[in-house]
Amino acid sequence: MDVRAQVSMVFHLDKCIGCHTCTIACKNIWTDRKGAEYMFWNNVETKPGTGYPTLWEDQEQYRGGWERDSRTGKLRLKLQGKWGTLGNIFYNPYLPRIDDYFEPWTYDYQHLFDTPEGDDQPTARAVSMITGQYMDTIEAGPNWDDDLGGSPVYADNDPNLTGFSEEERRQLREIGRLTFFYLPRICNHCLNPGCVAACPAGAIYKRGEDGIVLISQEKCRAWRMCISGCPYKKVYYNWYTGKSEKCILCYPRLETGQPPACFHSCVGRIRYLGLVLYDADRIVEAASVPDAQLVEAQRSIVLDPFDPVVIRRAKANGISDLMIAYAQRSPVYKFFKLWKIALPLHPEFRTLPMLFYVPPLQPVQATMHNGTYEIIQTGSEGLAPMLSALEQARLPLRYFARLFTAGNVEIVKEVYRKLIAVRIYMRLQKVGDVPEPEVREALRLGNTDPDEAEAIFRLTALPTFDERFVVPPLGREEAMETQFPSLDPVSRNYPTRKGEVGFGFRKEPARRW
Amino acid sequence: MTLDIILFAVFPYVAVVLAVIVGIYRYVVDRFSYSSFSSQFLENRALFFGSGIWHYALLIILLAHIIALLFTDAWAAFIANPTRLYTLEGLGVALGISTVVALAILALRRLLNPRIRTTTTVLDWLLIVTLMTQVSLGVWVALFYRWGSLWYMYTAVPWLVSLATFSPQVSYIASLPWIVKLHMLGGFVLTALFPFTRLVHLIAFPITYLWRPYQVVIWYARRRATS
Ligand code: SF4
Ligand code: SF4
Repeated sequence: MDVRAQVSMVFHLDKCIGCHTCTIACKNIWTDRKGAEYMFWNNVETKPGTGYPTLWEDQEQYRGGWERDSRTGKLRLKLQGKWGTLGNIFYNPYLPRIDDYFEPWTYDYQHLFDTPEGDDQPTARAVSMITGQYMDTIEAGPNWDDDLGGSPVYADNDPNLTGFSEEERRQLREIGRLTFFYLPRICNHCLNPGCVAACPAGAIYKRGEDGIVLISQEKCRAWRMCISGCPYKKVYYNWYTGKSEKCILCYPRLETGQPPACFHSCVGRIRYLGLVLYDADRIVEAASVPDAQLVEAQRSIVLDPFDPVVIRRAKANGISDLMIAYAQRSPVYKFFKLWKIALPLHPEFRTLPMLFYVPPLQPVQATMHNGTYEIIQTGSEGLAPMLSALEQARLPLRYFARLFTAGNVEIVKEVYRKLIAVRIYMRLQKVGDVPEPEVREALRLGNTDPDEAEAIFRLTALPTFDERFVVPPLGREEAMETQFPSLDPVSRNYPTRKGEVGFGFRKEPARRW
Repeated sequence: MTLDIILFAVFPYVAVVLAVIVGIYRYVVDRFSYSSFSSQFLENRALFFGSGIWHYALLIILLAHIIALLFTDAWAAFIANPTRLYTLEGLGVALGISTVVALAILALRRLLNPRIRTTTTVLDWLLIVTLMTQVSLGVWVALFYRWGSLWYMYTAVPWLVSLATFSPQVSYIASLPWIVKLHMLGGFVLTALFPFTRLVHLIAFPITYLWRPYQVVIWYARRRATS
């Protein structure tokens, strides 16, 4: 057992209002630079939909993540082998182009001031931020398909809907095609990252102490395999500096005790951050099981931070008592491992993503009858269909299974039964109009009990800032000092130059040669 | 004669010294700038036709030059057979023409595609022009001064060896036609340009990927502690 610590995350999708505050917070801090205009390290997409970059989930096109050899059960990069990488280094056949995201533009506002008086209103034409030329048509932009839940162009082309029956698609279109939810995405800081494995230069690395995945800007040589290797398309190519960039989980903020900017600013308070301990010896094993077992396998390598054996091994690996104490308070551990209501996004990509989602409840409580929208039942009876009609949920369960469990519908059902049980139980507490037997039945079906339901409710609905973000004391400086007591900040006798181990530039990131 | 000495006995040393010193200086002081500056993300259709052919054809030709230089005897034995000589020369010309065509595609792409044009620097243009001159000269020499694989061994090779042994002898190449000499000079001009341009990606070729484990984990403190 090789115990390591990982800063990991939970997004509670029922609470996301799709406001994009997170995106803007990130954009303003990290990517409002030349060459990075099109990048959204944090983006929020409408699901069902085609996402950003367009159809990123279609790995036949982009070839991200890992593939399991069905005969040997071994993993290989879906992109290509190592020789293939070197052979394709002059031209990567699977690289997305900027048009798969969008061409960034601004407007020629000055024209509004400079035009001489005339009969027509002057217009501010769009100007490409790459070429500086006018753009006659803007074909795509950030969140081009925002809120287009029922759109035949976007929603119907969601890769997760391939193979769906007419009946399932009809469910989706019920109620005036308005069914959709938001999926905020950042880098998952995976345990078995495809980006790291695909980088021939070895420029991408996982930090041992906290699991944050970073790209060394000084080692990146623009071989651009990482962009393909990441199945979530969370590595971006800076077309101006010739370097790849990605979410850094705001590590400068984390190291000063603050949550990442997108977490901090989240209006819906959907985001949770905390430490989990996991067994690094079993990463490959957990990533190599058949599709249907992936979620359980990933859960099994996350360790119980209260288990004395785990604690002993963690300490032996240099994880401090304080870090262990933070892992014990981690909301992520509770959502993912203890309560089992948070799920990884697309586990079938086999990178073991460490960002987990509580899937949104989208129950059908009303249907269209003769052109009118009718609520099925009201009052206490109205809650019963929530339980029994799980299969009729507005978005087919199979859709969520495609997203979160590699097709395992049973796991999705278990999650929903528990979430519904929490609602019914809390309804009893707060309103009291549900008959006791019904509540007991709900708790039984949800495989939960009043205490757990109460705890889930609290952490879902009423968490404080400090309960949502249990930012561990990363203490890299401290770790350095204990390791190298003679470090002198004045003479700077550091064992490594900072630039080798981080994102920060000591020079302007621009072409000089 | 003095010009010959300057160009073929002095300049090669200047070029190599520049390449090494500036190359190291740039690596130490501005490692961030060591990049191939790929532009595939902005345009990939013309690149598909240009880049692959350019790189592979050029690598093979370069390899032939180096092999003939390093293993002169084996090379001589190999091309003693006329069939082999003609095949080799034919192949060389075909590859050479491919590099010219591929580089033309790449240059036109830089010129005509507005996205690529904005990401092209003056040094990029200088490099493209130099490379174009060099590969065109190479094809010209191969076509009209036959057979290069033969006389190369008795002119350029001893001259290069004399340079490497610090006893430069321009007499080996002094009487060659000027167009051939230009091609030889071109090689050292490119060497001199190497540290200043994106050519540095040549020595960044990530061969170590083949034996590196897939996952890279870096410990801030632990790494140094164990070493
Ligand atoms: S999600 Fe992040 S860590 Fe995982 S493969 Fe993509 S870039 Fe790498
Ligand atoms: S800020 Fe929070 S609620 Fe708003 S879109 Fe982002 S994740 Fe959703």
